[in-house]
Amino acid sequence: MRPAFSVIFFTVMSGCGYGLLFLLGAVFVSDPLLIARNEALLALAIGAVFVVVGLLSSTLHLGQPQRAWRAFSQWRTSWLSREGVASLASFVPMLALAWCLWRGADESLLRALGALLALLAAITIVCTAGIYTSLKTIPAWHNPYVLPGYLLLGLLGGACWSLLIGGWAGTAQARPALVVAFAIACVVLKRAYWRHIDSEAPTSTPESATGLGRFGRVRSVEAPHTEENYLTQEMGFVLARQHAARLRTICLVLIGAVPIVAAAAVPELPGWSAVLACIAAFAATAGLFVERWLFFAQAKHVVMLYYGGTRPQNP
Amino acid sequence: MTSLAPSTAKKLGLVIDLDICVGCHACAVACKEWNDGGEFGPLPDADPYGAEPLGVWFNRVHSYEVEPTQKNQPAMTVHFPRSCLHCETPDCVTVCPTGASYKRAEDGIVLVDEDKCIGCKLCSWACPYGAREYSEVRGVMQKCTLCVDRIYNESFEEVDRQPACVMACPTRARHFGDLGDPDSTVSKLVAERGGYDLMPEMGYKPVNKYLPPRPRRDGCGSTPKPTSDEKTDFSTASPLLRWIDKVLSR
Repeated sequence: MRPAFSVIFFTVMSGCGYGLLFLLGAVFVSDPLLIARNEALLALAIGAVFVVVGLLSSTLHLGQPQRAWRAFSQWRTSWLSREGVASLASFVPMLALAWCLWRGADESLLRALGALLALLAAITIVCTAGIYTSLKTIPAWHNPYVLPGYLLLGLLGGACWSLLIGGWAGTAQARPALVVAFAIACVVLKRAYWRHIDSEAPTSTPESATGLGRFGRVRSVEAPHTEENYLTQEMGFVLARQHAARLRTICLVLIGAVPIVAAAAVPELPGWSAVLACIAAFAATAGLFVERWLFFAQAKHVVMLYYGGTRPQNP
Repeated sequence: MTSLAPSTAKKLGLVIDLDICVGCHACAVACKEWNDGGEFGPLPDADPYGAEPLGVWFNRVHSYEVEPTQKNQPAMTVHFPRSCLHCETPDCVTVCPTGASYKRAEDGIVLVDEDKCIGCKLCSWACPYGAREYSEVRGVMQKCTLCVDRIYNESFEEVDRQPACVMACPTRARHFGDLGDPDSTVSKLVAERGGYDLMPEMGYKPVNKYLPPRPRRDGCGSTPKPTSDEKTDFSTASPLLRWIDKVLSR
């Protein structure tokens, strides 16, 4: 699948934003006094900016962005529509929480708003993943690794950015364990996901696509068109295998090794906590971009079977 | 609304005979021509007269070589028109966030309301058959309408109320009708010839059916004997032929 930058930017930014908002909501649920008012407001603002920037970027992917409001209507069947509704709904606890923090409110209200924020943040990420996991036509997306992947990678992004906010507020020492835990979980999950997509036997073949398997082996001899068309441009994107292996390593270093080392060093070098948190946050975000690019670039669409494009190398 | 009706009584669709399709692309051209001026049109191309023209076609004709895997099976070339199959349970409709994609309850035709489409392209990702193509020029998704603006068009003679691709086919490899009615001509044709679904494992229950190539006749496809270039024996031939042989052999 063609890795469209607007979609990659959207899923990475909104993933980080909702990861951060989920963690903030979870802090309020456990104890609203655990976090200083200014730090909480900053986390809310950064989370909201990430989400808004992501949503705006996603409209760049549309052919008719002025009609984007219509996308809130089909939540009964469409994960894309559900994502839009959930994401819009999350602004209610976001703004309410900001208002309450600004004006001061009692503990139980903060706790309730935090719970609602965490819930809607999680639901939005689940809906984002649902868009991809629901597509039977793309086996690399239609598998049980994708939903936990979106959740964990969002939480990793959120944890790294909350570490950075803590670095600014001088409370970074409180949270490095979270970054280490999420980074380890992400590395394990991504490796399992890649092993899965590399080894999975295809469910559809050129023979089942044409129904001619009973007569023998089917090979495309002439495409319907000499130039590219929408299908070959959008779904025929092929990434060279040797580049994929290198990019996977880069991804694991950026989302795994760098944040783990940086976060683990925070309690050891308290004077450097802001710098270390900065390194962790920017490395993890860059790693998420590489991960999301690979998520698209390595996904093969069954329609390419008609073009003879994606037959497995070893029959 | 993108929720699907439980089932439609009428299932309008096409039956495509791979035994007699000659791969002339007349169906694809007739489709483009009709739909460019049809109710859902136009179908504008980007860079139409330039080096890399790019535009929407609802119908694409592939050609495949079928290499036999068993002995005594001939190799075959099969021309294969590919278009929307108007599936009974299509995900392209249910994934649509705006309700622009819909399947008509009255006849099962899958359509796009191009005034509601936001061009998110998700429906084209959901279709395994490549039936939906995005128009860069118009910013919306476009697809086969089963010529809904022809088949119910009362200003046409009854014989002309057929999709443009069916009308254009010079070998009559394309048939249009109600596949929900077991007594219709198309349903009988499917039953008689063993019409089948493409990628049934996807579970979208295509309405359109494909008729397989018929078994090849005896000897057809086997390697012909090389013509002999040995010397012909003229000893028993007529004197005239013997004389001609003698002259030519000099």
